[in-house]
Amino acid sequence: MSWSLNLYDWLALSWHFVSLSLLTVGSGSLTTAPQMHHYLVDTRHWITDVQFNTSITIAQAAPGPNLLYVALLGWNVGLATHSWTGSFIAMMTALVGTLLPSSVVTLAGTRWGHRNRNLRAVRAFKAGMAPITIALLIATGWLLMGPYNRPAHDWPLWVLTAVTIMLVWFTRIHLLWLLAAGALLGIVGLG
Amino acid sequence: MHASPIDRGKHAGRARPGSRAELFASFTWLAIQGFGGAAPVAQRELVERKRWLTQQEFIEDWAVAQIMPGPNVVNLSLMLGDRHFGLTGAMAALAGMVTLPLMLVLALAIIYTQYGHYDVVERALHSMGAVAAGLIMGTGFKLFGTLRNNPLGLPVALVLIVLTFIVIALLRWPLLWVLLGTGIPASLWAWIRLSHREGKGGQ
Repeated sequence: MSWSLNLYDWLALSWHFVSLSLLTVGSGSLTTAPQMHHYLVDTRHWITDVQFNTSITIAQAAPGPNLLYVALLGWNVGLATHSWTGSFIAMMTALVGTLLPSSVVTLAGTRWGHRNRNLRAVRAFKAGMAPITIALLIATGWLLMGPYNRPAHDWPLWVLTAVTIMLVWFTRIHLLWLLAAGALLGIVGLG
Repeated sequence: MHASPIDRGKHAGRARPGSRAELFASFTWLAIQGFGGAAPVAQRELVERKRWLTQQEFIEDWAVAQIMPGPNVVNLSLMLGDRHFGLTGAMAALAGMVTLPLMLVLALAIIYTQYGHYDVVERALHSMGAVAAGLIMGTGFKLFGTLRNNPLGLPVALVLIVLTFIVIALLRWPLLWVLLGTGIPASLWAWIRLSHREGKGGQ
C-alpha cells in the first residue's frame, strides 16, 4: 500500500466510526463488525481481510473490552501513513469516534434514570429487565460454546465449562485461576 | 427503592469509591481481568470485593448498561463514575477501562504480526474459551438470588429467563427485537404488580 490518507479520508474515517457508535447495543461490541468490514476492507481497501480478522481475534484474546478491536482497525488503517504518529492518530480517531456518541447518550440516559429512580415506571423497567439480563448472560455463554459442537471430540471442553459454572456459582475462587487452569489444560492437550 | 428498614440494613455494609484515582485503578484492574466477557469480573469486583454495589443494584445497573448504546461494561464504568464524582468521575472510570488494555492489545498486535500462529497458543485459547463460557453462565446463575425480591414474582421471572434464552441462544433472533419483545411485556407486568402492591396513591 503506497498511498497515504488525505484530509477527506480522515474525515470519512472518523465519521464511519461515529455513525456506527449508537448501533452497538448490549454485550455485542461485534454487532457492527460486518458494517466495518464492508467499509474498511471491501469499499475503501484501507486494510486487508487478514488484518481485519487478526484485529478481532487479538482483542478477544487479550484482557480488556472486546471493543478495542476498533482501535486495532484504526491502527491498521493508519499504517498506510508509514509513521507511528499517523497510526496512533488513526487508532485514537477510531476509538474516540466509537466511544464518544454512545457515552454521551448513556450518561444522559442514566442520569435521567437515576434522578427518577423512584418513579414506578423506572422501577418496573429495572424489575422487568432483571430476568432478561440473566438470560442474556447464560445465552452469551452458550453461544461461546458454539464452536465446540462435536460431542465425541469436544466433551472434555463441555465438562470444563460445567465445572467452571459450578465454581463460579458456589465458590469465590479467583476468576484468573480458572482462566489460567483453562489455558494449561489446553496446552497439555485438552480439546 | 423505597427505604424500608430492611433496605437500609442491606446498604449498611456498602462502600463507595474514595477518589477518581481509585475509580481509575479499580476499573483498570477490572478490565485487565476481563478475558472474553466482563460480567463475571464486574460482579466479582464491584459487588463482592469493593462492595460499591449490592447484588440487586448490580443487576439493575447491568440491565441499564445493556440497554444503552455502547459496550455494557464501558457503560457500567461511566454510570458508576458519574454517580460518585460526576462527569470527571465517569471519564476517570472510562479511562481506567481503556488505557492499559489498549496498550496491551497494541503490544499483542505488534508481537502477533511477528510470531503468530503457534499451535500451543491456539490450543490454550481454545480451552480458555470454554472456561470463559462457564464464567459467564455461572455469573448468570449466581444472579438468580436477586429474583426473590422481584415484583414480577419468581414463576414469571423463570418463564422469562427460559423464553429469552431460547430465542437468543437457540433461535438466534436479533438482540434488539428480543429486548423489545420480552422487555416491554415484562416491564408492563412489573408495573402492574407494583401498582397493585403500592395502591393507586403511589408514584
